[in-house]
Amino acid sequence: MGRPLIHRSPMPGLGLSMGITLTMLSLVVLLPIGALLLKGATFGIGNIWDTVNRERVWAALFLSFRLSFFAALFNLVFGVILAWVLVRYRFPGRRLLDAAVDLPFALPTAVAGIALTALYAPNGAFGAIAKELGLKIAYTQWGIFIALIFVGLPFVTRTVQPVVEEIEREVEEASATLGASRLYTLRRVVLPMLMPAALTGFALALARAVGEYGSVIFIAGNIPLKTEIAPLLIVIQLEEFNYDGAAAIGIAMLLISFGMLLAINLIQVWSRRRIGYV
Amino acid sequence: MFDIAPTFRPVTTETPVARWVLTGLAVAGIAVLVAAPLIAVFAEALAKGIGAAVASLGNRDALSAIKLTLLIAAISVPLNAAFGIAAAWFITKFDFRGKAFLITLIDLPFSVSPVVAGLCIVLMFGANSLAGGWLVAQGYPIVFALPGIVIATMFVTFPFVARELIPVMIEQGRAEEEAALTLGASGWRVFWTVTLPNIRWALLYGVLLCNARAMGEFGAVAVVSGKIRGQTATMPITIEMLYNEYLSVAAFSMAAVLTLLALVTLLLKTALEVRHADALAANHRH
Repeated sequence: MGRPLIHRSPMPGLGLSMGITLTMLSLVVLLPIGALLLKGATFGIGNIWDTVNRERVWAALFLSFRLSFFAALFNLVFGVILAWVLVRYRFPGRRLLDAAVDLPFALPTAVAGIALTALYAPNGAFGAIAKELGLKIAYTQWGIFIALIFVGLPFVTRTVQPVVEEIEREVEEASATLGASRLYTLRRVVLPMLMPAALTGFALALARAVGEYGSVIFIAGNIPLKTEIAPLLIVIQLEEFNYDGAAAIGIAMLLISFGMLLAINLIQVWSRRRIGYV
Repeated sequence: MFDIAPTFRPVTTETPVARWVLTGLAVAGIAVLVAAPLIAVFAEALAKGIGAAVASLGNRDALSAIKLTLLIAAISVPLNAAFGIAAAWFITKFDFRGKAFLITLIDLPFSVSPVVAGLCIVLMFGANSLAGGWLVAQGYPIVFALPGIVIATMFVTFPFVARELIPVMIEQGRAEEEAALTLGASGWRVFWTVTLPNIRWALLYGVLLCNARAMGEFGAVAVVSGKIRGQTATMPITIEMLYNEYLSVAAFSMAAVLTLLALVTLLLKTALEVRHADALAANHRH
């Protein structure tokens, strides 16, 4: 390669800024993740497989990824509607609604967890209504689903909002003058433009939900095989000082998360190419 | 309610009925999903009156949790801000190979579960690990002590400041700094008098988000802290302990304090977005 590793520059502070960046990145993020991978390597692939390949672990992994997927899907639809309403419509309280979208980012997960449990427990405000209808939400998979919707709520809205702002009305007008109904224009012109950003938000919401712990454990009930999420299994292994087992499940979660993110990135590239929009 | 009279509806908007339905869906969704939990926190905290709520925050363990959380934020947020500034300077002022890869690595903590983050730190610095074993022998335990909680907090909040600064500094370019340099300013002078004033609002924005997450982090801290009452129990960990002991008023009172912090964070963040939109990354301008 003819290209130098670092181009010459008159800017000062190369050594200092590079030094701080790489040292802190290594100490705080890379070395600890390396320690996990090293633990996995010394434990051995066979042992990792034996740890993961148990009914209780599969049930937890399947539950975590399945509920996270559906929660992110809910947020995908609701987030696009919310972004559209916030950008296109003018109504009293719009600014407040806009600010409220970010609350799940700002509210500590443990607080969200106990608040949602208080609401959806059989004696809570929403739980009592559900009980009348013969439904149980808290301490079931529905409770986990609601907690995962809560933590992933802002992602799609916040990625789609700037794209809606950028859409030029001329495109919609052109579609209308060519005889398209409003619904047809939204479906065939507007929605494809929003899709790449919406998928990015979906991926972020999904990644967040899969790893979520604080807001879920209070409302989940944590019954093995039924309402036990994958991160909780790691905590249980650690409480038993079973570091090998914890590392095995941790590595499995990392691999599945990265695999899913990779798949979504590929879908995004494909969707961008298909509509010729970057 | 809508600023466009329905009789002259332009082709680029929906019918009034559709607009009402969509707006109603958005408002109802946020009311049920976001506003209701918020109200529940305060309702549960004040279930036995404000006196009981305040009294529950006054005991020794509660005060030590509040102090610990403030201390952790006071250490980890400035360190992450320093990292964010250094990383943004390195990435935006120089051209080098592997820049995209470096940015991916900085963003990595966002796609790692907080529990896995805590696990990584236990494996790296725990008493059974190579580095941790030596440090414990020297009398400096990391895990189940303050340094471990600080590192775990830094891990989960690592990208916040850098992420806000990088797009802003790319947009501002290098011309102003180059001009200052040709006029004979030293590197530090350029940073303090040219760069920092340009990025201060974006920096504040990043620090705000970083601080909110640092004070509220639960999963990663739960794994590394050992949950020792009065010693390594932060505010979120104390909330869990109180809740599991069925001390509902005490748990929700402490939760209410953190909720107020979250509301103040949102207020300041919105104020920044409204007043200093030009100085923030493009995706925060509305």
